[in-house]
Amino acid sequence: MTGILIAIGSLTLIGLTLGTVLGAAARRFAVKEDPLEEELKAMMPGSQCGQCGYVGCAQYAGALAKGEEGSITKCAPGGKVLVEALSAKLGIAADLSALEEKVPEHAFIKEELCIGCTRCIRECSTDAILGANKLMHTIIVDACHGCSKCVPVCPTDAIVMVPYPETVVNWHWPKPERENTQPRPEVVHAH
Amino acid sequence: MSVVASAKKSGPFAHGFSSVQKTMFTVLLALAPATAFNLYLFGWPAILLFTITVGACVAIEAVCLQLAGKPVGATLADCSAVLTGWLLAMSLPPWAPWWVGVLAAIFAIALAKHAFGGIGQNVFNPAMVGRTVMLISFPVAMTIWVAPHPLFSAGAPGLAESFAITFGGNVPDTMSAASALGHIKTELSRGIPVTQSMSQVPDLMDMTLGYRAGSMGETSLLLILAGGLFLMAKRIISWHIPVSMMGSLFLIAALFHAIDPARFTSGTFHLVSGATVLGAFFIATDYVTSPVSKSGQLVFGAGVGLLTWSIRNFAGYPEGMAFAVLLMNSLTPIIDQYTRPRAFGRNRKGEPLPLEKKP
Amino acid sequence: MKIFTVRGGIHPEYRKDITSEKGITVLPMPATLYIPLQQHIGAPAEVLVVAGDPVKKGQMIARNQGSVSASHHAPTSGRIMEITEVAAPHPSGLPQTTIILESDGKDEWGDLPEPITDPFAVDPKAIHDRVACSGIVGMGGAAFPSAIKLNLGQQKKLEILLLNGAECEPYLTCDDRVMREHADEVVDGARIMAHALGTPRVIIGIEQNKPQAIEAMTRAASTFPNVEVVAVPVQYPMGSERHLVQAITGIETPARKLTADLGIVVHNVATARAVHHAVRFGRPLVARVVTVSGGAIRDPKNLLAPIGAKIADLVEFCGGFAARPESVVNGGPMMGQPLASLDAPVVKGTSGILALTAEEINDRPASACIRCGSCITICPCGLSPVEMSAFIRKDNLETAAKLGVMDCFSCGSCSWVCPSHIPLVHYFNYAKGMLRDQESDRRKNERIKLLAEVRVIRVEKAAEAKRAALAAKSKPAAEAAPSGAAGEAKAATEEKVNA
Repeated sequence: MTGILIAIGSLTLIGLTLGTVLGAAARRFAVKEDPLEEELKAMMPGSQCGQCGYVGCAQYAGALAKGEEGSITKCAPGGKVLVEALSAKLGIAADLSALEEKVPEHAFIKEELCIGCTRCIRECSTDAILGANKLMHTIIVDACHGCSKCVPVCPTDAIVMVPYPETVVNWHWPKPERENTQPRPEVVHAH
Repeated sequence: MSVVASAKKSGPFAHGFSSVQKTMFTVLLALAPATAFNLYLFGWPAILLFTITVGACVAIEAVCLQLAGKPVGATLADCSAVLTGWLLAMSLPPWAPWWVGVLAAIFAIALAKHAFGGIGQNVFNPAMVGRTVMLISFPVAMTIWVAPHPLFSAGAPGLAESFAITFGGNVPDTMSAASALGHIKTELSRGIPVTQSMSQVPDLMDMTLGYRAGSMGETSLLLILAGGLFLMAKRIISWHIPVSMMGSLFLIAALFHAIDPARFTSGTFHLVSGATVLGAFFIATDYVTSPVSKSGQLVFGAGVGLLTWSIRNFAGYPEGMAFAVLLMNSLTPIIDQYTRPRAFGRNRKGEPLPLEKKP
Repeated sequence: MKIFTVRGGIHPEYRKDITSEKGITVLPMPATLYIPLQQHIGAPAEVLVVAGDPVKKGQMIARNQGSVSASHHAPTSGRIMEITEVAAPHPSGLPQTTIILESDGKDEWGDLPEPITDPFAVDPKAIHDRVACSGIVGMGGAAFPSAIKLNLGQQKKLEILLLNGAECEPYLTCDDRVMREHADEVVDGARIMAHALGTPRVIIGIEQNKPQAIEAMTRAASTFPNVEVVAVPVQYPMGSERHLVQAITGIETPARKLTADLGIVVHNVATARAVHHAVRFGRPLVARVVTVSGGAIRDPKNLLAPIGAKIADLVEFCGGFAARPESVVNGGPMMGQPLASLDAPVVKGTSGILALTAEEINDRPASACIRCGSCITICPCGLSPVEMSAFIRKDNLETAAKLGVMDCFSCGSCSWVCPSHIPLVHYFNYAKGMLRDQESDRRKNERIKLLAEVRVIRVEKAAEAKRAALAAKSKPAAEAAPSGAAGEAKAATEEKVNA
């Protein structure tokens, strides 16, 4: 009988001591809530295009951080890379299949249709459109991040989104297909 | 002349002559002389058990592949199931009943190999899993050793009698004998010192030639050794695991033997008894379950040697090779992680080397 | 001379005897040549001609632009037909801008720069300029503009010019033939390059399986005490710059450094010969020796082909295909690239055209890895291909990068040795491409973020100015400035922009 009492007593004592220590440590070393919102803001493209439905990147990041927004796929310019990063950060599973198909694009102005109204220039949040009143506009591809905000404002539908061309310089090997079947290219002779 | 479709696969456009099938086949070839000698030594019951075990392994592999939806014919052709069955049969008592072989095959192939994802994915050596599970579950059936009864020799069981042994499970009591390691362990437990019990086990010469009781892989040491050296010559295995394993086993055994000869057997005895040589060349060197880098293999081999010695001397089982290999198998991933080779132009931490200018 | 051991490597079937005894044959000038603007690492050259222009052989038709680039010259006399997109000698088969030249059959040289009669008396700058205007690029395969490498002497004190005659790739014999037949030109070119670089020593490294080349080169170098010919062991990939340097000096080039940081510059033997031609005769690089070999070629040869000749023309001159080629490879079988089309032209980096049969390639469907560790043993870069490929298969590129996939130079040894025939190098090529893409995406995003921030500031400033102007009109000096915090943030961003 005393054996049982000793066991219960010692365990209780250990429990109480450790509990007190942990409780004290939790107060003593408490960290303020981790600055998730700031981190998310830094991850966003920062072009304030507003396609996510929020005023700007900071607002979308804030909503995500506070848990008000459940979808991490709303940022078009961020693309797949951002969705993956957000998914890893927030632990939200995302359906990448829809995004997979969207290849990176940039805006392109059909020069013969441009009337030089400068509406697109005012719309562009990264100053990627060059031009002046009554003069033909053109896209600086390096500065365009493909938000496509300029497309709807064009009165003559001169702006289209085009995928980046695949060239000898940017091409790279695709992932090997299923390892068990790998046909080699066939050299066809047409003599 | 004209167009080709876009090229589908990058180089290289040359390949060495190695293949999985060829590798496995070479190992089987290396095992063949020792196996033939042992089958001769233990006669028909051994031949029956060997056939059953290998057959069961191949059949179970086929069933597992079918269930997993993998190509059956192509994968069977890699001979890995044959090799597992072969090594498994060599680790069983040669006169064990048929169900020992079949059950061991199920544990080896279905549990140790395919439950982990099939060839290349298993953490533990399948043959050793089969053997140890059987040893723990059926200790009696797994420790009936017989002295060699060469085929056609006087007193060797005939074919009919052998069927009775393998399928009826009747090993005549007069024929059973203890293995050397087992004998010494038993005697030690009775308080008889090693120095005395050693006189009752076959002498080192007989041990080396294989004329002794034990599983098939434990006898015919010379032929196993020859097979192992053949594998090294063929560059199927490197020297790292066998040398570090046998070296560490010999060193620690010799050290303790020098300290207390009455308690511990000599280093040489440890090398020639049990499954030391088979383990060093054929079991611990299993590609899938041993580390991939050479330095990792040295660590792994040394671990197996030390554990084998510890188990033989301090644990309940007289032979510890199988357990030692399995224990080290579980450490393989972590050994791999800590023994990555040093990259060209970088130090071990992966930082670029300092610039030294000399020429 | 002591040769140091190099870790890893393989001994593939060399099959060099197919063409090693075939002297260099001149390819008859094709009727049409296709000269791509980008045959080298760096920026494409700028076109100097328009369709219809008559050109003479050796006339510059495209000029180098930007810091890393090379110019191109007409390989024969004739007329520019057009400048258009033509399939590149590249696995993708994608088109690139190419000048199409119609030969007039006269093969007349145009006005060439004056020969430099005593190159050892002139300033290194003059050699460098001559090499730059001759369009010379590294002819071992990488095609890096040579002039830039010759300029290294201006920035660093260099000790050794290492001439790479290892030619470790199976099948290829073009460097072997060049060394055997034109040893004096190669040695002269090397000495000129050494003068330009300011290196006191020239070492020529040749693999031991080319005894005639070693002999010819030793003879040619015998009169020059500072030129030394060294036989290096036959071990693929001995021709890799870093590994050759290690074999000869024993020094391991640190990661992310160049061999030049050790005081050693490596050039290919054929490049040295091109330099000889450019300096002594003013001739630009308009032709090169190409090994046309492989089991599917009827009559394998070493051809002197003009740059821009269609690969199909070379194959045809070698009797066409005797068997169905499984792959046609541009370069050696280990590191060469499969060709998507035989219509692609020979470029300055084309060392070989190999039409390989299925038996020679010995490819099989991949099976599961059995962790044999061979790939680790032979990796000359000390990497762990088995582990990297496992992570790449699961698209965990970050871990693959940590394991050093970017240090891999795709020598192909691991794929060659793998008993399971796993396309390891293909995985690494994929991973390297993806990681490069990610890096450039990241850089672009950073730039765009900055652009957006600048714009926000500008718009705000404009609005503020408007407000201020309005306020000044209606209620002078009443309204206070906007909040201090916002102003500070803006200042910080502006600083970033200015930086």
